[in-house]
Amino acid sequence: MTTPVKRDGEVGGGTPLLEARDLTVNHGQLRAVDAISLRVYPGEVYAMIGANGAGKSTLLRTIAGLHQPAAGAVLLDGQDLTRVRPERRARQGIALVPEGRRLFGSLSVEENLKVGTAYARKGPWTIDRVYETFTWMKDRRNQRTAQLSGGEQQTVAIGRALVANPRVLLLDELSLGLAPVIVQRIYGMLPQILATGLTVLLVEQDVSQALRVASRLQCLLEGRTTLEGTPADVTAEQVEAAYFGLTGAAAVLGEGSES
Amino acid sequence: MAWVNAIVQGVLTGGLYALFACGLSLMFGVMKVVNLAHGDLAVVAGYVGVGVITVTNIPVLWSVVIVVPVMAVIGYFLQRTLIQSALNRGVLTTLIVTLGLSMVIENALLQFFTANSRGIGAGMTLVTGSFSLGSQVELPYLLLVIFAVAVAVLLGLQWFLSRSSYGRLVRAVADDQEAAQLSGADYRHVFGIAAALALGTVALGGMAYSMYSTLDPTAGTDTILLFAFVAVVIGGLGSLWGTLVGGIVLGIAQQIGAQINISDELLAGYLVFLLVLVLRPQGLVSRRAQS
Repeated sequence: MTTPVKRDGEVGGGTPLLEARDLTVNHGQLRAVDAISLRVYPGEVYAMIGANGAGKSTLLRTIAGLHQPAAGAVLLDGQDLTRVRPERRARQGIALVPEGRRLFGSLSVEENLKVGTAYARKGPWTIDRVYETFTWMKDRRNQRTAQLSGGEQQTVAIGRALVANPRVLLLDELSLGLAPVIVQRIYGMLPQILATGLTVLLVEQDVSQALRVASRLQCLLEGRTTLEGTPADVTAEQVEAAYFGLTGAAAVLGEGSES
Repeated sequence: MAWVNAIVQGVLTGGLYALFACGLSLMFGVMKVVNLAHGDLAVVAGYVGVGVITVTNIPVLWSVVIVVPVMAVIGYFLQRTLIQSALNRGVLTTLIVTLGLSMVIENALLQFFTANSRGIGAGMTLVTGSFSLGSQVELPYLLLVIFAVAVAVLLGLQWFLSRSSYGRLVRAVADDQEAAQLSGADYRHVFGIAAALALGTVALGGMAYSMYSTLDPTAGTDTILLFAFVAVVIGGLGSLWGTLVGGIVLGIAQQIGAQINISDELLAGYLVFLLVLVLRPQGLVSRRAQS
């Protein structure tokens, strides 16, 4: 449907814009994320894929500052942000579109976007630009977000993050609870968003969507990395095995491992 | 005519009760804190007012200009320190902590200022003067002024919350703290601002009460906090204008009760309170955003 976004020239060189070093995060007794490292370079779309409970959302939330890691570090443009509070990280250019949208329910669509601009950095995104990109939104800007469909809410959540003009956009499970057509439409908008110079780290259960837009991917299973590479490097079988944790068993189970 | 007068007095006292209640409602609406020291802090404001007037001899109205900002600053720091650290341990902890604060304040006031009651003399014309409507209906100047102040405070709060950009942030934080953090808002600061507004408004309530009646160290819980609660519940939890509606309903009930028998004043107020709880537990003005 859309051409994959790749900026090969920029990948692999210089300082990563966003880096996680050996991040380990515990939820009580459970180790949700186990020594995960990643480097996202400017202009990249980095995809974290994995099944439910693999630790993807926890990883994004830790990068955004909502969880404190037990070990490891989060760096933005080489600067250590591990001890920095989430609102400070947001102001420095890390914007998370959280799982489940998390719009402000008693605020209108436009008010939600205005909250996004409250501590915004300078940049190309304004509320008007969001209205130009998602044309339906302007007519419904005075409605409560509860009156919107799931896909529309997701778009408002993306808009709210965009108007902050982040350096890195973290997208947590855009496809969650949405019809496949809507998911395709939202992912179809990504290239247009990326054209403004954004860097994206996304987390996704829907592997096909992730592979379509990603320039680099990592597969998580039970908090650990099971596969890393570019979409061109990895085969569908490798992804499947990494996703479900079938190493030797993959061959035996064969077709049975389709979800 | 005596009944009409009772109703008119009730409506006007409702303004005073709204001043007691709107800060309580605001803090609950924004950070889910039920501040049990709310009334005691109003008493503190009254005592600070008495102190300021005694020491500096400035006019009563000017003392308000000093006391309200002082209480607002105290509110901000109380929120950022004591109440925030209680909130970090869970919403229920704030009940225990603010109850403790209430006891500390009451006993400190008893210790330092004795149990004698005090009041602010706002000047004879303001306190005793009134408009007469017909032969029996009296509109006391002081209650009229307090009512007007209450309406102005509610209008101001409403404007701040619904029109200003910081008010929008306050509402966003009230909806979802974490999502507001992701947009760069420090919810602890927003909570502090809400507490500052709450204590500023209840400082007005405490000052008004010390002019209308007299203050003693226990008035904070046995009058101000109690009436504030009743007004909030009658009006509807989380609704600003509901505090005025609730205050007016409480005021009218008390005045009518007093008209029947002077000792029934408080009882009548609480009966209406119970009636509302049974028949319309969400309050007379239900909250704007339910979802």
